[in-house]
Order: sequence, then C-alpha cells, then structure tokens
Amino acid sequence: MRRDIFNAISDPTRRAILLFLRSERQNVNALADKFDMTRQAVSLHVKYLQECGVITIKKEGRERYCNLEARKLTEVANWLEPFHQLWEGRFKQLDNLLGGIQTKKKEK
Amino acid sequence: MNMHETNISAEKNELTVTRIFDAPVELLWQAWTDVVLLDQWWAPKPWKSQTKRMVFEEGGNRLYAMVGPNGEEHWGLTNYKTIVELERFTGEDAFCDKEGNANAELPVAKFANQFAADGNRTIVTILTEYASEEHLQQIIAMGMKEGLRMAFENLDEMLSATTATTV
Repeated sequence: MRRDIFNAISDPTRRAILLFLRSERQNVNALADKFDMTRQAVSLHVKYLQECGVITIKKEGRERYCNLEARKLTEVANWLEPFHQLWEGRFKQLDNLLGGIQTKKKEK
Repeated sequence: MNMHETNISAEKNELTVTRIFDAPVELLWQAWTDVVLLDQWWAPKPWKSQTKRMVFEEGGNRLYAMVGPNGEEHWGLTNYKTIVELERFTGEDAFCDKEGNANAELPVAKFANQFAADGNRTIVTILTEYASEEHLQQIIAMGMKEGLRMAFENLDEMLSATTATTV
C-alpha cells in the first residue's frame, strides 16, 4: 500500500516522533525511550514514517538513526494553501470592515 | 488595526481555522449574521458575495452566489441548525443551483463557528467537518484548481498590461 504524508501525521505518536526529529536526528532506541510504549510499538511507527517518506533511516554501526525529511513535510503546508488563501482573503476584508465600523462609532 | 495570523489545520475529515480579531464579539457576530455586512467580506477578491435570501434562525438558511470577475456564479446553500447568540452557530454548507437545490455530487460540510470574547478582541474558531477524508480531499483538489486558475488569470492580466505598455 502506498503511504503518504497524510497517513504519517494522522497519528499522535507519529506526530510526536516527527517533532522530536525537528531539531536533530535521533537513534531509534533513544527515540523509543521517550514514549510510554514498547520499543516494538515505537519501531513500527518509525517504520511507518519511513514508508510515508517523511523520515529516512541510516545505519551507523549498531545504531539506526532517523532523519526528518523536511521537504516532504512542507507538502502538508502546500496542501492547505488554497484554504489559507481563501480565509486570509476573507479575514483581511473583515478586518477592514470591522475597523471601519469601529472608527465610525468612535466619531459619533 | 493589527493583522493577525490565520491558523489552519486539517485532521482526517476535519478542518479547523482560528483567527483573532481586534473587535468585540458583538461586532464579529454581526459581521457573520447580518447579510449586509456578510456580503461585504465573504467572497475573497475579486469575487463578490451576493445573498439572494437569508433567514438566520435555527432551521433557516442562506442562499448566496459567489460572483466572479467575468460574471460566473457559484451557488451555495447554508442551513442553520443551532444558534447560541454571541457564542456559536452550527449548520451545513452545500453547493447548489440558483434555486437552492443542493448538488448531490459535491461534498456537504458540517460547520461550527465559535466566537470567544477576549477583552476587546474576539477569537473565532471555524470547524468544518466532511463526511469522509475523501470528501475533504475533493474540496481541496477543487480549491487547488481554482487557485491555479486565478493565478493564471492574474498572469494574463499582468502580461496584457506589459504588452500594452510595450506597444
């Protein structure tokens, strides 16, 4: 099954893992220690994230390091861009309208 | 008046929009529920919102058109379900024809608009829920297409302006 960024972020544990990886890469064991669940469970989430293409895993000796693929994550931002444009456009006009009404009230 | 950030997030079949406004909650409520005010901001430029009829009460509805710069019309029907004065109102949004007959092929969205007073400011939260994740994605795909179309139109305009000056 093909997985994408939206599968990746649909789970709170996976979102937390992504947040941990934001500042620096982490080895899988260290990552597992941060969660109140079995290593195996965390490991499955890591594998899932890898399949979604949002992280890559690199082996160094015995350690496995997870790296965030930030470029892949920006897909989400782009995905919501039409909504962003729609609401920003509306709200800018609403700001102006509200500002105008309040100024008029003060003048009275 | 400050420009505040618009926060948007999506989770499965739900979309949440949050925004702070520098105005009291009474005014925000009015902007959303008074048809004269609503039509002034509801459509993002260069589109215009034209409401054909609006009955803001539980069980009431609003039939409106988004009118494009070339006169194209996209009709929408909003059904109001619950209203708690100055706090929140909920309902459903559907695409429809100009008589208000809902388009069964396009996704219907349930919405809940919440207004929270914060001193002289108001925090508005708009929750939109689609029947499924696929429906939300269908809407997004439409938005993308519209966004691209608008971008191309702007480009056309810019190009024709440039051509005009060169000639």
